Amino acid sequence: MTVTGHALGFQGLTKRYGSFTAVEDVSLAVERGEFLTLLGPSGSGKTTILMCIAGFVAPTSGTIRLDGRDITALPPEKRDFGMVFQGYALFPHMSVAENVAFPLRVRRMGQAEREAKVRAALDLVQLAQFADRLPRQLSGGQQQRVALARALVFDPALLLLDEPLSALDKKLRAELQEELRALHRRVGRTFINVTHDQEEALALSDRVAILNHGRLVQQGAPAALYEQPRTRFVADFLGKSNFLQGIVREAAAGRIGLSVGSARLSQALAEDGPRPVLGSAALLSLRPEKIALLAEGESAENEALGRITTWSYLGAGFSLVVETPDLGALRVVLPTWRAPIAPREGLEVRLGWSADAGVPVMDDAA
Amino acid sequence: MNRSWRSEIGWFALILPAFLLMTVFYIAPILQVLAISFTEPQPGLGNYERLFTSESIHRVIVTTLRICLITTVLALLLGYAMSYTIALASPRARRWWILAVLVPLWISVLVRAFAWVTLLRRQGLVNNTLLEAGIIAEPLALVWNEFGIVVGMVHYMVPYAVLPMLASMREIDPRLLSAARGLGASRNAVFARVFLPLSLPGLIAAGVLVFIFSLGFYITPAILGGGKTLMVAEWIGLQILDLIRWGLGTMMATMLVVSILTTLAIFSRIVDLRRIFGSGA
Repeated sequence: MTVTGHALGFQGLTKRYGSFTAVEDVSLAVERGEFLTLLGPSGSGKTTILMCIAGFVAPTSGTIRLDGRDITALPPEKRDFGMVFQGYALFPHMSVAENVAFPLRVRRMGQAEREAKVRAALDLVQLAQFADRLPRQLSGGQQQRVALARALVFDPALLLLDEPLSALDKKLRAELQEELRALHRRVGRTFINVTHDQEEALALSDRVAILNHGRLVQQGAPAALYEQPRTRFVADFLGKSNFLQGIVREAAAGRIGLSVGSARLSQALAEDGPRPVLGSAALLSLRPEKIALLAEGESAENEALGRITTWSYLGAGFSLVVETPDLGALRVVLPTWRAPIAPREGLEVRLGWSADAGVPVMDDAA
Repeated sequence: MNRSWRSEIGWFALILPAFLLMTVFYIAPILQVLAISFTEPQPGLGNYERLFTSESIHRVIVTTLRICLITTVLALLLGYAMSYTIALASPRARRWWILAVLVPLWISVLVRAFAWVTLLRRQGLVNNTLLEAGIIAEPLALVWNEFGIVVGMVHYMVPYAVLPMLASMREIDPRLLSAARGLGASRNAVFARVFLPLSLPGLIAAGVLVFIFSLGFYITPAILGGGKTLMVAEWIGLQILDLIRWGLGTMMATMLVVSILTTLAIFSRIVDLRRIFGSGA
């Protein structure tokens, strides 16, 4: 893979609509050839940021730089960014080939070169045999690939994707995720993707930036974000999580003891992290798949007795809700393959998890 | 099969009263009038022969076509500019624009024609203003000629041009325009390559509508033409009402109906007229 992409950065990006602040003071740097996803619920400002990058929305303050050059005031047609729009925005009066040729045509590229590039772009997305069709004669997934070809055909400095997979059904979405990822490796360009779908963000990206209420909450590699969420919002938004609210009772190097109700929990901490004050409140995020069912005689650093209140079969796993007297309802996910129990409502179970299973997180209200 | 056949009969029964009403009071009299063109003054195709031989009929037809074409082109240009502005305006501004387009439709065509006469005549507002400003020395002949007719007709036709074009422009997904700019197209290129082609069906529909309406214009040319420039409708009126030549008048009326239906038939093959005029949407 050759990295031909460009680096994009923005500093203090803010967008206000009257008294409403859509984006507040977001700074981010996207590396050359990186696949960055802006992830957030609707209204988090992720699309506004993308529109600022694309040039359709002028930021209230802040600067956007491409390879160090300030492009904040540049109109969209001068930015040379490829963009895949939500719903694709294919031109309905043009064939697939004409759609893909559009960016080249408006750049007044000669016919021979244009045709060669269009063919190469259609080959890239495996749509060469559909060149003469109209967009409405294609399936959703094919339209999406035409939009990709159109956005990549003119060798753009970077590729912007606005909810590129949201219009597709689940199975197709999974397929195209893989394709998009492979395409990114193949073309080696900088991709910036916007989505509200956390699975898509985790599957596609080199790095994810999570936004909420117009602010950047946390950024990092998908695994780092999933394993080490900094706030309750991040832990909750990326996958599912149990939250345990406790009070710090003892603090040692790399480990704290918490009381949650009448239960005592042991929680590992990063060695170099700040040590919490005794008696202060602490919030733990505990992923459902990190809780195990303990068999007779087994033990774990943290244990809780409870009773299954509801359960569902998800194919690869069982999802249980276990009501415990001290910790409230805990969500637990078990692999179905050789599951230690056959779940049934009212069944009494013993849950266990290690001290490093949980992650201390900040409450977002604070 | 049987059931659907019965329900079909049911539907036809529902529209039967309207159908009878239309036949008795509308279609039958028109057919009767058209039939006169073959029977007066004597049975045969004599009236239609005049179509090829009469110099004055040629003149009327050529004048009508010329005025209609000029009117159509001007109404489309003006209407397109207005529709474009309205389609891209904010919702609030759009409401006022649409009101401004529709209000003239509610004013009598007679009133509007006379209003143009007072504006355009020799001592009218336009000539007086130009004279006082010293731009012209002699009053311009702005009315009682083809110029006056075209002014009045364009004014009448612009709303009919705006409505179908606006309908088709409002169907254009604004994201397509953003997409085009994002892909590197200048504003002019976005218009020429995306907006114009996508609004073309509306433009064609508006053209057909305005042209067909113009063909049968009666009051506006009669008043603003001052009887010197004859268009087909006024010519028909003249034949029937003043010269009592029913055969000739109804022959021309038949030709008018036939040419309008032909135009519609041709264009209905090019664009989906039903969609454009708003039914079945």
